[in-house]
Amino acid sequence: MSSASNQDYYVPHGTHWPIIGSVGLALTVVGFANYLHDTWSATPIFVGIAILVFMMYGWFGTVVKESLAGTYNAQVDMSFRWGMGWFIFSEVMFFAAFFGALFYARMYSVPWLDGASNNDATAQYLWPDFEAAWPLLMAPVTDKYEVITKAMGAWGLPALNTIILLTSGLTVTLAHWALKRRDNVWLVYWLFATVALGFGFVLLQGYEYVHAYQDLNLRLDSGIYGSTFFMLTGFHGFHVTMGAIMLLIIMIRAAKGHFSPEHHFAFEAVAWYWHFVDVVWLGLFIFVYWL
Amino acid sequence: MYTDTAHDAAHGEHHDHGPAKGLMRWVTTTNHKDIGTLYLWLAFTMLLYGGSMAMIIRLELFQPGLQWVEPHFFNQMTTMHGLVMVFGAIMPAFVGLANWLIPIMIGAPDMALPRMNNWSFWILPFAFTILASTTFMEGGAPAFGWTFYAPLSTTFAPDTTDFFIFAVHLMGISSVMGAINVIATILNMRAPGMTLMKMPLFVWTWLITAYLLIAVMPVLAGAVTMMLTDRHFGTSFFDAAGGGDPVMFQHIFWFFGHPEVYIMILPAFGVISAIIPTFARKPLFGYSSMVYATASIAILSFMVWAHHMFTVGMPVAGELYFMYATILISVPTGVKVFNWVTTMWKGSMTFETPMLWALGFIVMFTIGGLSGLMLGVAPVDTQYHDTYFVVAHFHYVLVTGALYSIIAAFYYWVPKWTGHMYDEKLGKIHFWWSTISVNVLFFPQHFVGLAGMPRRIPDYSLQFAEFNMISSIGGFAFGLAQIFFLYIVIKTIRGGVKATDRVWEGATGLEFEQLPSPPPYHSFTEAPTVK
Repeated sequence: MSSASNQDYYVPHGTHWPIIGSVGLALTVVGFANYLHDTWSATPIFVGIAILVFMMYGWFGTVVKESLAGTYNAQVDMSFRWGMGWFIFSEVMFFAAFFGALFYARMYSVPWLDGASNNDATAQYLWPDFEAAWPLLMAPVTDKYEVITKAMGAWGLPALNTIILLTSGLTVTLAHWALKRRDNVWLVYWLFATVALGFGFVLLQGYEYVHAYQDLNLRLDSGIYGSTFFMLTGFHGFHVTMGAIMLLIIMIRAAKGHFSPEHHFAFEAVAWYWHFVDVVWLGLFIFVYWL
Repeated sequence: MYTDTAHDAAHGEHHDHGPAKGLMRWVTTTNHKDIGTLYLWLAFTMLLYGGSMAMIIRLELFQPGLQWVEPHFFNQMTTMHGLVMVFGAIMPAFVGLANWLIPIMIGAPDMALPRMNNWSFWILPFAFTILASTTFMEGGAPAFGWTFYAPLSTTFAPDTTDFFIFAVHLMGISSVMGAINVIATILNMRAPGMTLMKMPLFVWTWLITAYLLIAVMPVLAGAVTMMLTDRHFGTSFFDAAGGGDPVMFQHIFWFFGHPEVYIMILPAFGVISAIIPTFARKPLFGYSSMVYATASIAILSFMVWAHHMFTVGMPVAGELYFMYATILISVPTGVKVFNWVTTMWKGSMTFETPMLWALGFIVMFTIGGLSGLMLGVAPVDTQYHDTYFVVAHFHYVLVTGALYSIIAAFYYWVPKWTGHMYDEKLGKIHFWWSTISVNVLFFPQHFVGLAGMPRRIPDYSLQFAEFNMISSIGGFAFGLAQIFFLYIVIKTIRGGVKATDRVWEGATGLEFEQLPSPPPYHSFTEAPTVK
């Protein structure tokens, strides 16, 4: 794993992008906190996000330029690969927190509130009328948390979305094959298909949310089922959106001819990320929608 | 655009690009030494900031009754003291050491991802400014303890909690990026011949620490995100009225929190494993068992979290499992302590300042470890839980453990970093002053804890008065000793006896054997040879 020589390892000489990013991050979160307390309008949040977008455009732009200029050797490439791989692992652990909350609620907190294990007294003292079920349509306190009329089924739209995402996993691989045989035309086509499927997924997910709120009264504030449902699908949808934007940028770069069969780490990184959101979705489909 | 040109670093004649001038050098730097220095200064600043809050706590507890501060302000002090020390002092100090040392220990030109390295650091001043600013806002700083249990941190918390939540998000982003960088550096930037099992233990412990960081900081981010939505968007993760559970918060928090404990102590093991062999003039005993012990501790650390919650009403099977798993950790930890002791066995030992701090670490960390064993026994913990015994326990592992190793690392490597020897006499005074006062500070807390004095309460029953007064006197003396340390640090940076390249007679490793003191701005532009 260690290299034969460090001689050409690229060590950049100073950068102003991180400090710009820090200002953007800080403004976004301070703006958000103040917005929540009605002390500021939403404007600072958007200014903060705009600074972050500017930072990413500039930072990635610099990296792309250096990459095209041939600044990066194989060892730098390997650093990027380790970096992306461990970043995705950190994302997996972020989702693990919410999956953990889901499993805990299903296995412990909801049954215990109904007296399971040795919690008879708890159930009797707190909410004797509460009945454990999953999906939990009626929370113990219904004047605080909305009652859901019907749980979200698995075999309508969510199943279609599963097919869409799995297909997009296939198209991104076809794009990779095209890239490897220097077929730039099909590379762009297959990437376009992947991006379209990705945004299609997000649109359908949006439609599902409207359906959930309007027809099922399944809401963020309708107890633990609504909480876990929207947090898990919401963060996943956000990641799909980000992934689709990343794929779009890769598509534009592919159209400009940035990639060769030997040098296309950016493509691979985004493809890894795309497979990661795919796998998370399978977990969601099984544990949030289906079982 | 710039690529490092080859030159012979070993002669110390560096005609390479030196640092830029002025403030912007530090803001835009991509150099691992600059960034390491920034981290270390941030950590020291936070140590004094967190320490000043500890002084307020000890002042209030000097005598029974309410003397100096309001109970609500006292709660803010205990909360912010814990947060600042954990996230602001100990963690950044170890990241600073990692930045300074890993590249020069493995023969790399710099960290693997230098720009991201800059960002990892420069998020932190913003995060801590946001956190510290809550003290001056309406409602005051977070006052629910550094563990921010729901519903204290959700239903009953001040508005400023949201600033705290976002500060934690920023710290998490910083830590994850820093850890990714450490792993990429260690796995990809080692000089030819620097195989994994030849790496100094500091590098090994940091590799495993970085893995822990990437695994658990996102879980903490998830926990505070759920707090945020519970507070503002009507979710019920931690509210039983909606089918959630406040105890669920504790499970998620401690799934982060227990590996976090090892994040703060594994690099310390690495530091001690470097210092003991140098001053015993013998190679480290049981190198490979040290590596395996470190890995075992890391794996076990994910499986023991609920020993922090023995009194929440878990099923007995859960209590038993978490008790046994916890006690199991003492095996690899014991391996480490015995290896250090065996390294010293029949060695030609000398007792320069770094060795004193390292020995202090071994003795007092072991005291903290043994009180940890007591706390790990579920039925006994029922008595000790949330008392000053717990406070004494984790201050022995974090102050005389983690902090002592950081100070030991400073004395051990500062001649390499600056080219100046520190003042040996002052260093020894600093050690004895700190070690006597820290025991006066924390040892009596075992007794008041066993006798039932609860933690995080600004007043106490009269029978605890003497021990608390003794503890406070120790606290003020220990605090003052660290101001003295600041003087030593500045004095050493500004000048002192010229350090040799090897610095210590028994020192080994690339940083001592192949680099001058101080090392050039870019250390290994050409890969060194590893024997």
